[in-house]
Amino acid sequence: MSFALLSAAPADRTPLFIVCGYLVMLLGLGVITQRKFRGTSADYFAAGRSIGGFLLLMSVFGTTMTAFALVGSTGKAFDQGIGVYGLMASSSGLVHSLVFFLVGIRLWAVGKRNGYVTQIQYFRDRFQSPLLGWLLFPILVGLVIPYLLIGLLGSGIVVKGMTRGMFPEVFEATSGAVPPWLSGLVVSTVVLFYIFYGGIRGAVWANTFQTLVFMVMGVVAFFLISNKLGGVSAATLMALEHAPDHVARTGMISKAQFLSYGLVPLSVGMFPHLFQHWLTAKSAKSFRLSVAWHPIFIAIVWVPCILMGLWAAGLAASDPAFNPPSSNGVLPYMVAKLVQSPVISGMLMAGILAAIMSSLDSQFVCLGTMFTHDVVIHTAGKDRFDDRQKVLIARGFIVAIVTITYLLTFFPPPHIFDLAVWCFSGFASLFPLVFASLYWRRVTRAGALASVMAMAISWFWLFYKGLIARPENAEGDFLVAGMMPVAVIFAISTAALVLVSLLTAPPDERHLARFFRSGEAA
Amino acid sequence: MVAVLAVLHQDVWNWDSKALVLGFMPIGLAYHALYSVAAALVWMAALRWVWPSGVEAWADEMDKEGEASQ
Repeated sequence: MSFALLSAAPADRTPLFIVCGYLVMLLGLGVITQRKFRGTSADYFAAGRSIGGFLLLMSVFGTTMTAFALVGSTGKAFDQGIGVYGLMASSSGLVHSLVFFLVGIRLWAVGKRNGYVTQIQYFRDRFQSPLLGWLLFPILVGLVIPYLLIGLLGSGIVVKGMTRGMFPEVFEATSGAVPPWLSGLVVSTVVLFYIFYGGIRGAVWANTFQTLVFMVMGVVAFFLISNKLGGVSAATLMALEHAPDHVARTGMISKAQFLSYGLVPLSVGMFPHLFQHWLTAKSAKSFRLSVAWHPIFIAIVWVPCILMGLWAAGLAASDPAFNPPSSNGVLPYMVAKLVQSPVISGMLMAGILAAIMSSLDSQFVCLGTMFTHDVVIHTAGKDRFDDRQKVLIARGFIVAIVTITYLLTFFPPPHIFDLAVWCFSGFASLFPLVFASLYWRRVTRAGALASVMAMAISWFWLFYKGLIARPENAEGDFLVAGMMPVAVIFAISTAALVLVSLLTAPPDERHLARFFRSGEAA
Repeated sequence: MVAVLAVLHQDVWNWDSKALVLGFMPIGLAYHALYSVAAALVWMAALRWVWPSGVEAWADEMDKEGEASQ
């Protein structure tokens, strides 16, 4: 197939109208959620702990899958071949469910017993240490903010790429494309609308809807593209002929990197926004669907995207006219060039935005909740504000965080898109802390503080070496002894946790009784 | 079983293979797609046989006592 004769990205505005229709549907969902809102802080921050299995599965899956699930996975497979699935997806299927089972259910129970709303409340109480709370707060917020920026900047890039030529007279500077400042403003406003009134319940409902949208759109794009390439067998054989390296892992991913990447999915155990979603569960049984079906859902989204990335590598190697603008632009480029349907392009754009917004909403609500509870209420005293005032404070913080994040997109830090794996590595390296807090009675306050500090110091040290001080022209991922940096940071934080805990006095057994069931010998 | 799955994740025997399964799926991808299904089955088994029984009653205990410390 030659791409030389095919037209450039369509100037037809149908895709944009479809996206606008989708955003209006989300606003409608926000109105429905608003009517369900009971007006209490328990409902705003934890949905009254009333979310059942299906909504929990969809909202947690949507929260953990970012834009990377559709466009990033395809782009990564375009660069590195099929090994990307084993590297990032199948390991996540196993590890995420492990974390939901061992950590999520347990934190839900402890959270319900003790009335927690944020992770920091739990850690502060578990280790009887306000200092630990103040230490964790900037680290957790600092690791979430780049994640938010990536979402908003990513939405701007996707919309700009897919609307090129639609408004040549209005947006001359962007070749007629909707500029990122406008798409970021619209996305922020829509997300703000449905979380402002409904809090975490609004995020849960919207996530469920958006997860369905991006899962369906990934599969639809897969079938349409494979059909245009003559079927799945013809498409893969073409890739095997022109980009044979992409069909295996040799030369693409090292074995040590593949092994050490398995630690990265542990990050879900310390995502503050996921902690808040877990607290919304109606019962422990609500976790069952998430534990069992999460690996399957990952496969449904990722396998088609990896194959499309592989096929794109074959197309690029066989036809110079097939030239995606960037790795992350591969999927929209394939849809535009191969399917050539403005309706499908619009639906795909809506699917990509759905994947982005289903993470953004939870993160915005979570940060608003953290500022309200971990800073304002913790400082002023829990009886200082009534229920209505707590919700008002949270709403104020959510508006402020959305506004600040939006403004930060005008001044993105360098290497912003490389920050994602560093954020995940930071969260993953805090996993030993949450795991030990739930299963090891002997872990102490000093051990927890040492672990967090060791993680922060080693993270900054490797972050400086791997991202800031690294030469611009350095190729490949930054590795330490062939392994992902997370392996080193994780080992250091674990060693600090264990050694310092064993060297300090054990915690009071009466205090531990609030966190362990009687008869547990851990 | 989870530990066995963790070991099986390192499928070094598929590292260089460019064989196709069902005529379209590279074996390194097919293996890990099946791995995802196996992971789901293992977790379904875990839910059936090693479910933390009593966790809900334990979670409700403090509610009954009306204590909520933050």
